[in-house]
Amino acid sequence: MRYLPKSPADREAMLKAIGLHSVDELFAPIPAEYRLSRDLEVPRQMAESEIVDYFRQRSRENGEGYTSFLGAGAYAHYRPVIIDSLISRGEFLTAYTPYQAEISQGTLQSIFEFQTMICELTGMEVANASMYDGSTAAAEAVMMAVRLTGRRSVVVARSLHPEYREVLATYATHQGMPLSMAGFGDDGRLNLKELEKSIAPETACVLIQSPNFFGTIEDVAAIAEVAHKRGAMLVVSIAEAVSLGIVEPPRAADVIAMEAQSFGVPLGFGGPYCGVIATREKYVRQMPGRLVGQTVDKQGKRGFVLTLATREQHIRREKATSNICTNQALVALMVNIFMTVYGKVGLKELARQNLAKAAYAAGQFAKHGKVLFAGAPRFNEFVVQTSEDPYAINRRLLGHKVVGGLPLKKFYPELGNGALWCCTELTTRNSIDTAIGLVAESKASARSTKEEAGVEEVAR
Amino acid sequence: MAYPTDRKYTKEHEWIQPSGATATIGITDHAQESLGDIVFVELPKVGAELAAGKTFGTVESVKAVSDLYAPASGTVTEINGDLATAPEKVNKDPHGSWMTRITLKNAGELDGLLSAADYEKFVAEEGGH
Repeated sequence: MRYLPKSPADREAMLKAIGLHSVDELFAPIPAEYRLSRDLEVPRQMAESEIVDYFRQRSRENGEGYTSFLGAGAYAHYRPVIIDSLISRGEFLTAYTPYQAEISQGTLQSIFEFQTMICELTGMEVANASMYDGSTAAAEAVMMAVRLTGRRSVVVARSLHPEYREVLATYATHQGMPLSMAGFGDDGRLNLKELEKSIAPETACVLIQSPNFFGTIEDVAAIAEVAHKRGAMLVVSIAEAVSLGIVEPPRAADVIAMEAQSFGVPLGFGGPYCGVIATREKYVRQMPGRLVGQTVDKQGKRGFVLTLATREQHIRREKATSNICTNQALVALMVNIFMTVYGKVGLKELARQNLAKAAYAAGQFAKHGKVLFAGAPRFNEFVVQTSEDPYAINRRLLGHKVVGGLPLKKFYPELGNGALWCCTELTTRNSIDTAIGLVAESKASARSTKEEAGVEEVAR
Repeated sequence: MAYPTDRKYTKEHEWIQPSGATATIGITDHAQESLGDIVFVELPKVGAELAAGKTFGTVESVKAVSDLYAPASGTVTEINGDLATAPEKVNKDPHGSWMTRITLKNAGELDGLLSAADYEKFVAEEGGH
């Protein structure tokens, strides 16, 4: 599909066809009070050369040559170059919603492949065509459980990504879903006893993350048992998709809500990312979002169509299953290509490398400080506890072009000077050793904390 | 198709067949005809309370998902489990393929509904425009 603006002649012809003389006349039925009587306050148009110049200048503000140990829901993994060359094809890049199956087979097939691979990875039976991101997918998965159980309240693990919790709280306020929280134990895993107590007869579901926000892998089967015994469903959020290369998928979950950014999606200031919901076939009619199905045409040839669309917003209006009526087709395509390029063996190897790097780093950190939650298995993130304020540490690291771990104080005051560190396949042993050396530097040798405000902002 | 006279009808195209203190509910031949091939019927759980005029489930065809409106108030005592695996039965035999059974809260509510003859006339008029 091509996007060409209307020419003045086109406009005139269209107006003439409906018997009008001007665009203003077309909008005349809209009451004057709702019409803007001035120009929009937007910058003046720019010449192409000016735009190129503008973005070139802005790109110089990017941090070049930094080593980052940030994870916490957004992960720096290698992106095979084939991803950008394939998604740049016009057939994919400017494709519109494939409602018209007869002209959209390529787009539909790519989404179908995406859904199929997500099912294989997660151990679920159906997956949708993608959602906005991991946080909204988690909230939508919770609303699914509310519809399926006819119960309204939700127990949320405190070890779920704090920003996912905030997104969920926004949904919950307007959907009338009371939320309660279940804490974590000394091993960083969900406290099962606390969970057991917090599940009430009106609890629709328990929402956890695994690997959780601290990188610790939860005992999903045990949590599912506790939830199911009380008639509550289990929703498992996965923020680091690469973990599925080596961590057992949470098969005991009823719904899986995933963030697929790790699979070939650039970090890009936090978006656009790619959420996914996968579940059991028996729950498919309560699954939000778009779904592509495989069928046969009149001649018995394989074809793809949007399916179960009768429950979507454009047909069922306010009674739709969900008000999500779009998906992240292009971003899901990046994920699709990534999964295809790596394959089963490649993804396993990738996950192994992440695990090994993080295990090495955690081991080294343990020599100089305290690594929390050592009692449970983890993937590529871990929490380091230091006597020095992690913001001060990060300021020192930044001076050496190293972005340190995420200080956890603002989300978990009880963890004091804890910081969440992440290693991926891109983290080198050399950079790990450098970072640890800098963290270990005593406060006495620390430089003045009077750094420029901008640097501090980055550290936060 | 002739509309059975042993039951009452709603303008939303449900039928209700009373039997003492209980009643059976389904959708009419006209409803299944307008919906087309029915692929899924979503029914309430046993024990659920229905309120006259309020929705109690949905019926999904290849064309649309439509709400089911309760012809009368009452408590669900039984649902037709056959429809979970064979929803097309509603197309084949709409007046025999019941959806839910309830114990009536107020049998008087049925007096306000349409007779078979009135419903047939209503459908003929509705189909006219």
